[in-house]
Amino acid sequence: MTTSSSPQQATSTETEELQAALPADLQDERLIASRGFSGAVSVFTTRLRSGDLGSLPVVIGLIVIWGVFQALNQDFLSPRNLVNLTLQSAAIGTISIGVVLVLLLGEIDLSIGSVSGLAAAVLGVGLTQHGWSLPLAIIAAVLTGTVVGLFYGALYTRFGVPSFVITLAGLLGFLGLQLYILGKEGSLNLPFTSPIVEFAQLQFLPPLVSYVVIVLIVLAYLGSRMASRSRRAAAGLSVTPTTMLVARAVGLAVVLLVPVIVLNQDRGVSWMFILFVVFVVIMDIALRRTSWGRSVFAVGGNVEAARRSGINVRGIYLSIFALCSTFAAIGGVLAAGRLAAVNQSSGGGDTNLNAIAAAVIGGTSLFGGRGSAYSALLGIIVIQSISSGLSLLNLDSSIRFMVTGAVLLLAVTIDSLSRRSRAAHGRA
Amino acid sequence: MTTTTSPAATDTVLSMTGVSKRFGAVQALKDIELDVRAGEVVALVGDNGAGKSTLVKTIAGVYSPDEGHMSFDGKQVHIGSPAEAQHLGIATVFQDLALCDNLDVVGNLFLGRELKHRRQLDEVEMERQSWQLLRQLSAKIPSVRIPVASLSGGQRQTVAIARSLLGEPKVVMLDEPTAALGVAQTAEVLNLVERLRERGLGVILISHNMADVMAVADRVVVLRLGRNNGIYQVSQTSSQEIIAAITGATTNAVSERAARRTPQESTS
Repeated sequence: MTTSSSPQQATSTETEELQAALPADLQDERLIASRGFSGAVSVFTTRLRSGDLGSLPVVIGLIVIWGVFQALNQDFLSPRNLVNLTLQSAAIGTISIGVVLVLLLGEIDLSIGSVSGLAAAVLGVGLTQHGWSLPLAIIAAVLTGTVVGLFYGALYTRFGVPSFVITLAGLLGFLGLQLYILGKEGSLNLPFTSPIVEFAQLQFLPPLVSYVVIVLIVLAYLGSRMASRSRRAAAGLSVTPTTMLVARAVGLAVVLLVPVIVLNQDRGVSWMFILFVVFVVIMDIALRRTSWGRSVFAVGGNVEAARRSGINVRGIYLSIFALCSTFAAIGGVLAAGRLAAVNQSSGGGDTNLNAIAAAVIGGTSLFGGRGSAYSALLGIIVIQSISSGLSLLNLDSSIRFMVTGAVLLLAVTIDSLSRRSRAAHGRA
Repeated sequence: MTTTTSPAATDTVLSMTGVSKRFGAVQALKDIELDVRAGEVVALVGDNGAGKSTLVKTIAGVYSPDEGHMSFDGKQVHIGSPAEAQHLGIATVFQDLALCDNLDVVGNLFLGRELKHRRQLDEVEMERQSWQLLRQLSAKIPSVRIPVASLSGGQRQTVAIARSLLGEPKVVMLDEPTAALGVAQTAEVLNLVERLRERGLGVILISHNMADVMAVADRVVVLRLGRNNGIYQVSQTSSQEIIAAITGATTNAVSERAARRTPQESTS
């Protein structure tokens, strides 16, 4: 309890003057003043120390992984290998966005691999055996995922079956449905001239366009930040110092520009990877800037509080399960395009585990209510970097599984430790 | 207290008759009668397990009653969900506060009714209104951008009460609002309760603290073992009489007759 005593008589006039000068949100006398550029830096370090790590562990992890593999093999950070990395990341990364969403509610979807395989089967059979047009086949494949997700959501909200069990049943059931749809042959090749295959394998953004896009993104970022800054100032609230804003914009420009320059030395930035990143950005905005997203975090943090606030909790569960399976289906379509084939092992193997591991490694908490769409992007790059680095060293999948498993374990341990530290520092 | 009945206390906002609720073999509520008028503070008192929280949750739409009728603003209503209760104009501050620890103060205050600016969350306006509201309540919250997990018990209570006022309710239910508060903050909350009454709201105050009840309430409704055990006008009763009703010291043949008559007299 902090029943804070009113300021001493002698200093009360002083305090009033101080309050008149300070923005509305910085007037409390107990608030540790942190203004200006150095203030922003000290706020950041305090947050880290209290266990609010955000995506810092995965960024550090990525730097370490890249450093080690580059030291072991000079080709690892070559433009050619990095372009391959982006191509390999897009499909499972897209599936991983859905996993981030269910994890935010503290739930899990184990069937994403099967659902992605099912969607790929629908696409393949529709295109090659039923003569569907490509848009129709893609829509059918993606909607298959949506229907599966709605089914999960209905089971969860109506009967309260744990999502772990529902999706475990789905893992088996939809794998069976995938095999059934594929029929006896079990393997279908998509024509290499098909636009979905070209999109997934051969189409890259022209370098000039990529630089123009980066300039536009940085300008849009600055513009939106300046707009919100002036609205905050008009409302009498504290504002981010201009130096900090410029520093962030420069940081963003560097983060975007350096990889793109490297990628452009080879084939460039693939359209499929851009599609994946666009999905990540859309989901990030939906989660942070809409009342739907706020409701998702509320349900993940405290279901009962969310229900009593009048949030349609069932609707939130339904929409999240539907979105998760939809992203799994989109990932399945992208994977089919990249392989130019659909077969019985589509969506099988390590698809499931990589997608879930990516979300967790990227920093989304398994306990619900904490995380970001960007975890999918960061996590899948970590996983694919390990996979790509080890195959450059001619090590087979036995080593890859073990290393990925160790990294996943490390990520979950960091999550649990930081959760404990947040509780101790009152930032749960 | 200077005023026990305010001039606005005329029309009944919320009225319950014969409300019952069972949990398995336990009869949590039995034939409950409750009236709340606009501009009136009704204190709901009773021992632990008397059914206060169950009654609050029934009004708030968390539980639906097994039997009985409820009317709001003169119309028969069935409150099926918390959202419906909110929509009608019943705001509730639960004893367990029901805050999302992972969201910040602004997020919690506006949860379920976020403000929009160009179809996005209007964080700036929400933050401005949060400060305005918290200042009105003389609340001591260091920052509205920290997760609620880092606030003290009293601060969390303040956030929860502030949240109930955002939806412009007609009836506000406060479930033990002063239980975790310091002396100064208790006085603030009681002032706040009076301010709600002056604004013409019906207030249902659940409390174990007789001093608080006698200080702000107009009427006191006593529950005992899930039943009405007397309704008292604060101006015409004493703490001792209410405590007797709460503890069941009045439960004998004579007082039971009196208790049966009292609600009928005061509701008719």
